[in-house]
Amino acid sequence: MVSSTVARPVLPGRSGPTRTSALARRRSRTGTLYVLPMAVIVAVLFVVPLGLMVWMSVNHWPLLGASKPNGVQNYRALADPLFLRAVVFTLKYTVVTTVVLSLVAFGLALLMQERRPGVGIFRTVFFLPAAVGLASTTLLFYSMFNNTDSPLNTAIRVLHLDAVDWLGTNTSALLSTVGLITWRFAGFYMLILMTGLQSIDQTVYEAARTDGAGRWQILRHVTLPLLRPTIALMMVLSVTGSLLAFDQFFILTGGRHNTATVVIDVYREAFLSQDLGRAAAISVVTLVVLVVINGGQLAALRRDDAR
Amino acid sequence: MVHTRHNPAGRVAYYASSAALTVVFLIPIIWTAYSSVHGRQAAGGHQGWGVANYHRLADYGLGLTAYLRNTAVVSLVAVLVTVTTTTFGGYAMARFSFRGKNVLFLVTLAILMVPYTTILIPLYVLLGWIQLQNSLLGLGLVLAMFQLPFGLFMMRNSFEAVPIELEEAALIDGCTPTSALRHVLLRAVAPGMVTVALFSFLASWNEFVAPLIFLTDGSKFTLPLALFNLQSGNLGSVDFGALQSGVVAAAVPSVAVFLLLQRYYVRGFTAGALKG
Repeated sequence: MVSSTVARPVLPGRSGPTRTSALARRRSRTGTLYVLPMAVIVAVLFVVPLGLMVWMSVNHWPLLGASKPNGVQNYRALADPLFLRAVVFTLKYTVVTTVVLSLVAFGLALLMQERRPGVGIFRTVFFLPAAVGLASTTLLFYSMFNNTDSPLNTAIRVLHLDAVDWLGTNTSALLSTVGLITWRFAGFYMLILMTGLQSIDQTVYEAARTDGAGRWQILRHVTLPLLRPTIALMMVLSVTGSLLAFDQFFILTGGRHNTATVVIDVYREAFLSQDLGRAAAISVVTLVVLVVINGGQLAALRRDDAR
Repeated sequence: MVHTRHNPAGRVAYYASSAALTVVFLIPIIWTAYSSVHGRQAAGGHQGWGVANYHRLADYGLGLTAYLRNTAVVSLVAVLVTVTTTTFGGYAMARFSFRGKNVLFLVTLAILMVPYTTILIPLYVLLGWIQLQNSLLGLGLVLAMFQLPFGLFMMRNSFEAVPIELEEAALIDGCTPTSALRHVLLRAVAPGMVTVALFSFLASWNEFVAPLIFLTDGSKFTLPLALFNLQSGNLGSVDFGALQSGVVAAAVPSVAVFLLLQRYYVRGFTAGALKG
């Protein structure tokens, strides 16, 4: 976590304590004024909704019409088989995505960290998909999956494989989605890993080589341990992003073949069942779980820093 | 791992694998752009080149220009609000001491910890109360809020990197803090502002869930939402040609802005802002 730095000393007064404190008061007022627009947005659009979410979760709150308190009834949504199925699927998707994405991004980062002619072009190309929105990427792949003469299906034909139903079953939809997510995010995570790689002192490598370490030994015993904080950051981002997956499955399958994620379940509760209270209850629990996961990861990070 | 540099076999392997990966990463984009202007749908029935897909897209729903305009309005609101509030906020955080400063800083950064999609449901209710539901302005403000942690962190660091003597000199010359900001400091922190604007633009231009939940009136739809309707609206029969030209129309502005401002994007990473 970023710690806020100690406030810089107020500009020194030049004539005595009373001038100084008058100046300090004026500067304190100016500072408050500058920060006000941001503070208003944070309060109205973040702090209030957080409280409202908790309040909604203990109320019967239909999409239209009046609300009234109903205790913890909304939390029964957590025992709903549809919700439990969504949890299982989301966890499965998170594990597969994080493993595949990390490996691909790590490979790209190792390949791209060396200074060679043309490396800037390659880096830009690998990153380019990240500049395309996730919804657009999903629609793009929707066309790839569904057109018989798309590069994907052409390749299948050329290799004399059976035609693939990319979105037709639970497993194929899961793997197809992991594929498109890897395409979209690999370059992004590559960039994160590269900033970590570049912060490793080159003399460490030289020392390892002088000691006769080979390529793999250096990777295993020097690069990976030193890269741990960056890898942890990548994990936090990938796990959080995957647990909250929505766009890709909402657009590709609409949740068919049991591919509804937790957030799709929240959406269904809110706008199909028109029960905002139950949706809020699931949101509260999701939020708590994610804050615990993030907190744990960040604590692990800080332990590394302290070492 | 620099010792492969002078090894010709290593060089061949390096360029072969990089080139193969380049093909993998570019093919989806190239194919989509190509088939948006080539093929039977694109050429209006016969094989060859044509812009029929774009004509159908332009006529879809309220028309492409309406959706582009809505998306631009939302992005503009988000970018303007993010940049102004975090520039003033970052200045205050870096150079002033006032009550509640640390609390505000931590609460703002906490936005990063709270998963964005979980507070959309209460935001939907709240925007209804303040008459900003189904409004491009309301949507833009919410998207700006999600950019505040990164923006504030970036701008505070930018201001802290400016030598304090520069500001003191301006104050001694008779500037008020506000005119020192306008005449002296803004130039120094401009790169940080561009980075914040870029991140805010890329996020809001491409946003999908928030418009899906907040916008109920078809005339307010942003482009990603309109394209989703194009894909899911006519049960079974999807106009893939129009869809692909829509993907191109949505991607071109954001890819172009990214390529143009690439070095500011990388700056956002190396500034360590993501290490939060």
